[in-house]
Parts: sequence; structure tokens; C-alpha cells
Amino acid sequence: MYNMTRIRVYSDKIYALWLREVKVFFREKSRLVASTFTPLLWLFVIGSGFSSSTSVTHSIDYQKFIFPGIICMSVVFSAVFFGSYIIWDRKFDFLKSVMVAPVSRSTIFTGKAFGGMTNSLIQVSILLVVGLIIGVQFSPLALVQTVVIVLLLSFALTSLGLTLGSYMTSLEGFQMIISFVVFPLFFLSGALFPIDKLPQWLSVLTTVDPVTYAVDALRNIILGIGSHSLGLDLLVLLIYSCVLGALGTYSFRRMKAV
Amino acid sequence: MFYRYLIRINNLTKRYEKLTAVDNLSLDIEQGEVFGLLGQNGAGKTTVIHMLATLLKPTSGSATVNNFDIQKDPSKVRTSIGIVFQVPSSDDLLTGYENLQIHAMLYGVDPNIREKRIQDAFELVGLTDRKDDQVKKYSGGMRRRLEIARGLIHSPKVLFLDEPTLGLDPSSRETMWKYIQQLVKQEKLTIILTTHYMEEADMLCNRIGIMDKGKIIALDTPKNLKLMLGGDVVKLKLKKHDSDTMVLKNLSCVKKMGSLEGYVILGVDDAKKNIPEILKHVEAESVEYSSPTLSDVFLKLTGKNIKEQAEGGFLERYVQYDKN
Repeated sequence: MYNMTRIRVYSDKIYALWLREVKVFFREKSRLVASTFTPLLWLFVIGSGFSSSTSVTHSIDYQKFIFPGIICMSVVFSAVFFGSYIIWDRKFDFLKSVMVAPVSRSTIFTGKAFGGMTNSLIQVSILLVVGLIIGVQFSPLALVQTVVIVLLLSFALTSLGLTLGSYMTSLEGFQMIISFVVFPLFFLSGALFPIDKLPQWLSVLTTVDPVTYAVDALRNIILGIGSHSLGLDLLVLLIYSCVLGALGTYSFRRMKAV
Repeated sequence: MFYRYLIRINNLTKRYEKLTAVDNLSLDIEQGEVFGLLGQNGAGKTTVIHMLATLLKPTSGSATVNNFDIQKDPSKVRTSIGIVFQVPSSDDLLTGYENLQIHAMLYGVDPNIREKRIQDAFELVGLTDRKDDQVKKYSGGMRRRLEIARGLIHSPKVLFLDEPTLGLDPSSRETMWKYIQQLVKQEKLTIILTTHYMEEADMLCNRIGIMDKGKIIALDTPKNLKLMLGGDVVKLKLKKHDSDTMVLKNLSCVKKMGSLEGYVILGVDDAKKNIPEILKHVEAESVEYSSPTLSDVFLKLTGKNIKEQAEGGFLERYVQYDKN
């Protein structure tokens, strides 16, 4: 009985933190619109633009070829931004009011991470609908698998964002994150090109980029093409999630409250 | 459980690289007190609060809140306290209700009484009719009141108010005082507030600790602190300056005497009562009197003027004169 109450209180706390993130997400309309619009721009402008002149893509239409990459792009942007948004929470003291509550740092981290995963999932859902419109087809199994990959990638990258955000005290650091984290993660992932025949130096970089494995996994699931097996992709994503999750929790523990 | 002292601070120190923000502070605060930490910006008030609220690690020393050690038992300390930060920290995009709901869950308030607690808290701060508005539509004073409601949601033993009226206009400030006073009456709370507004401390607090450079330099009731200055001050322009001065010296009600720019300045216990008595013995062209305020006490203790704009009344000059 005592344990049940404890679990209830604990899950209430995570729920409360998650609820706040989701409500804020839906109320910050401009952020929602902007972050949905960018991937669409890529999909339609880059996708259609290169469709006419690119033939590197397994005889699949280029727009469809980059569709899994654009899903991952949306996750990269939403998750890393969400995580590093914690700088704002600190600036406006909301985080202080949470840290003075009897809530452990790992609980705060978990609530935040769940919030980030939910955000990514909502944005990806919009893209999946767009995918149907441009003629990408999914089986129900593929849909479930896609959700799993998206959640894993989102957890890893939200953790990365939260880790970076927890060390930064000023909003200027935000621009650095965009230039040195978000864009490299996206461009090096092979979201826009096949990773089989890359020059050595680029190949090394794509191999260490966790997003590579999510893109590859989604290509496996959605298009039936991939450079690695789905099992390997999943395994690498799991390892990244564990490592980045642990790093994030550690960073939250040592984050200064005031 | 009833403890006489709800807060015990023992040689608490917070040192940064070059600055000692809180310097060997020791202080006991009793159950039910409204205690004021008074001092200029940078005196160390907020640092004390942050340490007691377990947000900041002391460099040395210790403290207990509600009998829990702030370093060994931070989670229980946090459950025992409510805190209103200097800068409102509610989420702008959420409604007042949602802010309280989320905090109630974070504090593990029993779900069966959660709704009731939230309603009560809104009523206590007079925001019931605005509870479903987003906080960004609240005025500065309403935001502070919401913070208070939030701080009370889990029925804490102590409420910390860090500069509760900073940046509010005079009428919002008075409303805030009204609510704080009501709070003291209704809830059996111990309140610790920091402020640099003297009148605020004077009006709200049972006991005041005046802080300067990380130390408490005076600790007493507002009344006793003011008595430190030797009661009221009377300023007279005498017709026959020299002879009357001699007469005044012998009056029993005159505790102190000095002169300033052709005026005679008297320290008197109760000016209202004693001025008629004084005027029986001497002839005056003009009489003025003033009761000391905490500002004067502060000025005397630190040599610094706490007010944002120096008013420079004769009392302040008298205090300075008396010091030299």
C-alpha cells in the first residue's frame, strides 16, 4: 500500500512536468508552425527540385527517398531545440520553482524528456500524413516501428539538448547549438544522400552520428532499402539513448539551481 | 510535532571567490513569527533564503528548517516550505489554475484534497475569478499573489517571501500587504520575508534582522529597534536661545540634546505627550517633531541610506550629527 502511494506520487510528478510541456507546446503557436513548416519546405523544395536531376537513389523518386530523412530532421530540430529550451526555463525562473519542490533531478529530467518525445511525435504525425499525400505507403507494422524509432531518436536528442542546455547560462549559446549540433547532426546523417559510397572522411562522421541509424532504420521500414540491418540500427539507437540519457541525468544532478 | 524554533541557523556562511555573501550568520526563528530580513540589495538576504530553501549549498555552517537539516534532508525541507521568489516564476502560457495544479502534483498533495486546496488558495489571495486566465494576462500584483497561492498549495510550515512587493506600484503594494496580513491571521504560518522597504518590514514583521554585508547587525522588534534612536526627536527654534537651552537641559523628559543650524534638537521619549510640557518652560518660535522610522535606524547602524531617494529630513541629519 505504501509502495503504491509512492509510485502514484512519483508518476504524478512526472505527469505534471510532462503536462506543462505539452500545454506550452500547443500554446506557443509560432514555434509549432515554424517547426512544422521547415521540414515541409525541405521535402517539397529540395525533394522536388532534386527529383528531376538525381539518379543516385535506388531508382526511387528522390522526394520519397528523402522522406525518412525529413522525418528524422524534424525530430533532430524539435528534440534538440526542446532540450536546449531549458535555458529559457531558467531565465524565467520556472525551473527554479520546480527545483525547490520535492522533486528529484532525475524526475525533472524524465518529465522533460517525455515532453520532448511527445513534441517530436506530434510533429512526425503531421509529416506522416503529408507522406500519405505524396504517395508513401505504410503498413500498420511499419507505423508502429516508425513510432518506436522516432521515440528512441527523440529521447536521445532531447537528452543531448537538455545536457547542453543545463550547462549554458545565456541565450547566446542557442545559436552555437544550431550551428554546431543541429545542422551537423542532420547533414551528416545521410538524410539527403545514400551513405554507401561516401569518401572516407565523411563516412567516419556519418558512422558516429546517431541520426544516421534512425534515417537508415526508417528507410528500411518505410522504403525497404537500407545500408544496415534494422536490428543494427535499433541497437545503435538504444546505446545512444542510454548513454545520452545517463549523461543528461548526470548533468541535471549537477546543474546549479540559482 | 511542535518545535519552538522552526528555523535554526548556525554559523551559516556562503563565500564566493571574492565575496562573502553570508558571513557566519546565526539566528533562531520561532514558530508563528513573521520575521523580516531587512537590508540593501546585495546584503545577503536572498542568499540566506536560497540556502534555507536548499537551492544553494552553504560554504560552511548549518541550518535546520522544521527540524530537518538543509543539507542532510533537503527533500523534507522542501516539503516544509513554500517560497515566493523575487521574480515571479509561474509559467506565463499556463492559466493560474494550471500553475497551481502542476505544483500541487509536484508537491505530492493528496489527489483527494487537491481541488479543495487549489480553490482555497485562490480564495485566500483573491484570484478565484481570474483562475482560468493565462498568467500573461495578470498584472504584476496578481502574479505575486498567484505565487503566494502556489507557495501555500501544499500547506507548508514556513513561507519565504523574497521581496514580495519589489517593483509593484504603491496601491498594489498595499493590496499585497493586506493579503499577507490576512495570511498571518488565517493560516498558522511562520513567514520569513526579505525586503529593502522599511515601512514594509515595520508594518508586517514581529521581529526584524537588519543585514549588512552578510551579517545581521541588529535583531529586535521594530519598536525596540526604533527605541535605539532614543525615541522621538523634537526640533525647536527658541526665542531666547541661550537661557532656554539651559532650562531644557534640566527637564526630565529630555533625554538627549544637540543643536543644528540655529535649532535645538531634543531626544524625547513620547513627543506628543511631552511637547506641551516643554512649551510650558520655554518660548518657541517654531516646533517640529518626528518619530524615528526604521530607515533612520538603518542609517544609524550602517551609515547608508536605504531609501531609493534620500529624503534628507532633519531627523536624518540629526542621526548623522548624533553619530559624530
